[in-house]
Amino acid sequence: MTQTTTVRHDDQPLLDVTDLQIELVTANGVVRAVDGVSFTVGHGETVTLIGESGSGKSTTAMGVLRLLPEGLAVLSGSVRIAGRDVLADPDAARAVRGRTVSLIPQDPMTALSPVHTVGRQLGDAIRLRHPELTRAQVRDKGTELLGRVHITKPETRWKAYPHQFSGGMLQRILIAIALAGEPDLLVADEPTSALDATVQAGVLDLLMELQERTGIGMLMITHDLGVARLVSDRIHVMKDGRFVESGPAEQIVARPAAPYTRDLLAAVPRLGAWDEDEPLVEGAAS
Amino acid sequence: MTDTLLAVEDLVIEYPTRQGPFRAVDQVGFRLARGGSLAVVGESGCGKSTLARALVRLLKPTAGRIVLDGTDIATLPERRLRPLRRRVQMVFQDPYGSLDPHLTAQQIVAEPLRLAGVSDRTERARRAAELLDQVGLPKSALDRRPADFSGGQRQRIGIARALASRPDLLVCDEATSALDVSVQAQVLGLLQELQEETGIAYLVIAHNLGVVREISTDVVVMRSGRVVETGPTADVLASPTDPYTRALRRAALDPTAIHGVKPRRVLEGNRT
Repeated sequence: MTQTTTVRHDDQPLLDVTDLQIELVTANGVVRAVDGVSFTVGHGETVTLIGESGSGKSTTAMGVLRLLPEGLAVLSGSVRIAGRDVLADPDAARAVRGRTVSLIPQDPMTALSPVHTVGRQLGDAIRLRHPELTRAQVRDKGTELLGRVHITKPETRWKAYPHQFSGGMLQRILIAIALAGEPDLLVADEPTSALDATVQAGVLDLLMELQERTGIGMLMITHDLGVARLVSDRIHVMKDGRFVESGPAEQIVARPAAPYTRDLLAAVPRLGAWDEDEPLVEGAAS
Repeated sequence: MTDTLLAVEDLVIEYPTRQGPFRAVDQVGFRLARGGSLAVVGESGCGKSTLARALVRLLKPTAGRIVLDGTDIATLPERRLRPLRRRVQMVFQDPYGSLDPHLTAQQIVAEPLRLAGVSDRTERARRAAELLDQVGLPKSALDRRPADFSGGQRQRIGIARALASRPDLLVCDEATSALDVSVQAQVLGLLQELQEETGIAYLVIAHNLGVVREISTDVVVMRSGRVVETGPTADVLASPTDPYTRALRRAALDPTAIHGVKPRRVLEGNRT
């Protein structure tokens, strides 16, 4: 990091994970789902864990947030969120969740309570951060957040229930709820996997816009190499609980070193060239 | 298209709702040659799965024709449909929900053989074993039940079951969308091999344009129940003419086609 960022920030990464191991207690015995991974996420950065089902990528994200069931998951190593070790101190995890760090969950259709209005659920998230606000103030802040995630006419949507929204809109509402805590770090667990391609494009654009504007850090979990390539600064390729390869997004896709990464890339069906392809101008971006 | 296996003409499918009939498929038409492969593309709710279910006559169309090898099956009563059912088989989207958990792989694949009139038990078992071998499952798979298999293996069992009655046409409804990319690539490879070996025709329902390019020679793009664009897959993907097809093409992210660091411009035109 050579460029000058805000003075407060550049001494430490937002998220610093060192040698994280997670063992899960299952019916068939103890499984080591995450086997010694280390990575950091800084301000304005998107770092992606990519892997296939069972690779341990979601377990890593949930472990970082301490959202795995206590007693059934044994974590070791260190996870520092904005300097506080959430593994050593369970109170620290509670203190940072919904404030310093927020989660965008995977399935927008089931992540919200169907019996409460969207406004109520978004309001709860705002109140967690700002308990001093009045009901009207919470509502003002909430509608502003809904506007920020491009929900049209947010005032009229406040009292609507989740089933009245499409999947893409629900995912935007979940992003609004995640932003309610004014976090420095977003953990996005397959945020677009349940969405149609054009809707996915809209949600990814929103996340990238938010990052451009606010410098939020993101830990992205995905199995989609296209998504990973688009949004990431750095990618960690995960398999069987370990990183098999790590590096800048461009390098992972253009010059994969690990055989597993090469196999993954080879498995992605190609789309071929089309008439909107930009002419390749060398050095335009780097 | 000299040898047409399937011709769909002016197909309309409506679902009754409280607000009156909802038209899920609206005047859809296309042709599929014997041994050919056609993809139907669109996003959720566009009517593509409804179309697939009508083609195997799991539901009855409201109007229009589905001509299979000269016979219109759109309105055929079940009794007369029975002998034709063998010829069109389906591979379902969900490899977890579409197999009977109580049966072994061999029994699952043998079941359609019994319906097809293979009365000898050992002959059925032999053929089932052969089919499971054909889709690349090991001998040890025969006596195991669905729960013992991974998603990709289950989809192979589903394919073996569909092939059991030697169909002319296989309808694959999002057959690979629940699978990991590496497993998806294996299943797509298997489907291509089978087509080369047996000359079976495919109608592939998909939302992933990369998958469509891999498996189909022709494509039909649907939106809100209607066909918005149709043509050879390579042409449609290289220069789509309909604005909706262009939006779909733009939204499809091919990692190797992305350049620069976090290029938000890639998403231009899909901002909502």
